[in-house]
Parts: sequence; structure tokens; C-alpha cells
Amino acid sequence: MNEDLKEQINKALSEDIRLDGRKPMEFREVVVEAGVIETAEGSARVRIGKTDLLCGVKMEIGTPYPDTPDEGTISVNAEFLPISSPDFEAGPPGEEAVELSRVVDRGIRESKAVDFKKLCIKPGEKCWIVNIDICTLNADGNLIDTAGLAAITALMNTKLPEFDGQKVDYRKKTEQGLPLVRCPIPVTVVKFGEKFIVDPSLNEEKVLDARLTVAVTEKGTISAMQKGGESPITMDEVDRMLDIAMEKSAEIRKKI
Amino acid sequence: MSYEQRVDGRKFNELRPMVAKAGVIPNADGSAYVKIGKTEAYAGVYGPRNLFPRFLQDPEKGILRCRYNMMPFSGAGERVRPGGSRRSKEISMVTEKALLPVLDLKEFPNSVVDVFIELSATDAGSRCAGICAAAIALADAGIAMKDMPLAVAVGKVNEKILVDLCYDEESYPGEVTDMPVAVLPRTGEITLLQMDGEITKEQIKAALGMLKEVVPQIHQIQVDALKNKFKAPGEE
Repeated sequence: MNEDLKEQINKALSEDIRLDGRKPMEFREVVVEAGVIETAEGSARVRIGKTDLLCGVKMEIGTPYPDTPDEGTISVNAEFLPISSPDFEAGPPGEEAVELSRVVDRGIRESKAVDFKKLCIKPGEKCWIVNIDICTLNADGNLIDTAGLAAITALMNTKLPEFDGQKVDYRKKTEQGLPLVRCPIPVTVVKFGEKFIVDPSLNEEKVLDARLTVAVTEKGTISAMQKGGESPITMDEVDRMLDIAMEKSAEIRKKI
Repeated sequence: MSYEQRVDGRKFNELRPMVAKAGVIPNADGSAYVKIGKTEAYAGVYGPRNLFPRFLQDPEKGILRCRYNMMPFSGAGERVRPGGSRRSKEISMVTEKALLPVLDLKEFPNSVVDVFIELSATDAGSRCAGICAAAIALADAGIAMKDMPLAVAVGKVNEKILVDLCYDEESYPGEVTDMPVAVLPRTGEITLLQMDGEITKEQIKAALGMLKEVVPQIHQIQVDALKNKFKAPGEE
């Protein structure tokens, strides 16, 4: 059945059209809502087409890592909830959820989007840990881009809770936001034969040849990459996929 | 210490504002969103579908499986660690028992109806919101039901009997009793009853007596949510 699907997709793409009627470089509608979860310090809901997910930020006091005693840190976790797809099962995050959270984590961490030094409260003893949790509500393709966009939006509207040196009072939010210096946005480019598309649907994800997720900052630098799919890609293809990701990320950036 | 004025200004027999919507998760066979005060619940129904592993199957009838889960950012305090807790396990179980009496799964041997309840924000009453949402989602999935379960908490704050406690009331200084109840509105039967706190038998009767007034209100909101989804084109 998947062979048939792949054949149909390739046939349509040879005429520059996709099975759902989109152009190869066309995203589905992107809807970004910030600050939707009252119990979180920062949050976002992002919908791309029928893909729908929530991202919430919870702040926590922790101990800095021994090798970076003057820095706080972030932690990204994704839950592919069974409510969001007949294919997801309850239980600890599987491969795909772990891949997603690590790609989103790298995009933020490596672009130095959050100034980790400013998250330090007392070197070697106390720092803020930024917990970023992604929960899917409806999985309909391109979860990585959706999650990355939700994560950066949630970070942008995070307000620190009150901390008196001993305890965090989560009921009292301060006016202080996170020290954000970069805004990375991931875009996944998918390869079918000689053709490239963005924002893959569930069907397209099932049978793609290869994909490359690229997190692009507002400066146009790249802060994370992840190749997926079973087919190899040439250097020349990487070059073209990077161009596409850079162009599309600028487009998506206008949504936040 | 008396309790004359509720922390959020409600009357003692007054529910928090409630919003319900059916059909919010396109992938699910049925789904619903319920917001009660600041508590927000999503419910998604998948099934009846084949049940694996096979030793769990019942050749006589389908089974109902409920999973209550708090999203990691849904607690008023610290992050909730994902992966379930003793508390979520218990709530999943009592939710199952609250819903089961209205279903007849004999037509679906060897199958399962999965009900996933996800809390995105909580401010007390999350199991009740979950049950209200699950009932709408089951109806939305087209599963035959002989009644539409709903749930609400009644209780007591410092000798004052009241309905639908919010978090600030559950943690009010002094004596607090919280009693979540699931009710079948048609017959008035109770399918979930829990309590913590200390209370006299007379006070329990008085608290349960308050259900009479609020059960029809919640039921109407559930029915409206379904009517809204299935209204004819052009119908208001």
C-alpha cells in the first residue's frame, strides 16, 4: 500500500503538485497562540494544518553542572500522547519523540537562544532550569517544525516566578522574562526523488526518501541539523535544502 | 473559623464558569474539551478497535480503558513528572468505573474503547472535568450510551456546604472536605464517590443534596456542546 502511495506522491510531484493540493513549497496554515496555559510560566499552542500541539515552560531551581558552574540550563521533553493519534501508545517517549525533543533542544541550546549564564543564581550552587514540555493534541505530520515554533514562542512569553532564595512561589509571576538573545526556527525539508517539499503531511512522512531539519536563527545562521529517512543525500542537495530552510524560516518567523 | 464569602466570590451553590466543546481532535473517533474555572481537560476516544495483546481480549464483550494524565506543565506548582503516578493510576481506574455503567459493549467482543484524558491546566476538580469531557467524547464517537455521566465536587469548607471547590478552597486554612461525585443525570445514580476530609453523615446528605441543582446545569452544557457540533448547516 505504501508503494502505491509513494508512486502517487511522486507522480503528482512531477507536475509540481501534492496529494492535498499544495504546491511543493507551501506550508499549511500556521496558527500561533502565546500564553494559553495558566499554570505554566510560559506557553504556546501551535497549529500547522491539523497538527496541533501545546508547549509549556516550567521553571525550576537546580544545581549547575560541575563543568559549567556559572550556567543554568534548559531541558526539552516531548510527549507523543495517545490522544493525538491512533498510532501512538501510552508509555515512555519512543524514538521519534526523543528525536524531536533533542532536535528542538539543540536548535535552542546551540544558537545560544537563552543566555545560560544569566540563568545562574549562585555559581556552583543554584541556577534556573528551564523545562520545556511539548504535548501533542493531534498529530498530522511535521511535528518537529510545529514543536520548534511552539518552544521558542513559549520561551518568549515566559515570566519567572518569584524566588526568595529558598523557595519558588509559582503563584506569583514576576515581570522578568527569560534572557533570550536568539530566535531559532526549525524547518524540515523533505526529498522525494529529485523533488523537495516542506511541511510534510502524515502520508508524505510515511514514504519520504530523506528529510533534513534545519534550525535557522534570525541572523540567518544555522543552529541545528538532523537528517532523517532511509535515502542518502548529496552535498549539492544539502546546499539546496539549506536554501529552502532559510527562506521558509524567514516566512514562518513572521507568525510569532 | 467560619467561611462566609467564597474566595472567588461565588455563591455556595454556584459552579465555576464552564465551557465545553465537542470534536476538538480530528484524529480521534470522538473528542471533547472541557474548561471548568481554570481547569482544562481534553478527552479523546479511539475505538472500538482491536485489543492487543490478545490475552487482554474478552470474547464476551468489549472493554473500556481510561487513562487520566496531567501534562507536565498543568500543575499550579512544580513541573509534574511525566509517566504517571499512583494518583493518576487511581483516577484512571475510578474514571473507568464512572463511565462503564452507561455503556453496553457486548456488541464489540475482543475490542477496546480507549478514553484518553489529558489535563493541560489544573485548578482542582480535574477528575470531574475529565469525566465530563470523556462523556461528551464517547457520545461524539457514536458509542451507544444510556445516559451521559457527569461529575462535580461537593464539599465543606469550615462547616459551610458548597459545590465545585477550586484550588484555593481545597487548600483553605481550617477544615476542608472534598467529595467528587459522578452522577447519571437521568436516574440520579452515583457512579463515582470519593471523599477526603472529615464530615458528619448529615453533612454528606446536605452536600449530596446540592447536586440536584447543579447536575442539570452541567448536563445542559454537555448536550449543547454536542448539539453545536452536529447542528444542521445554517441552524443557529
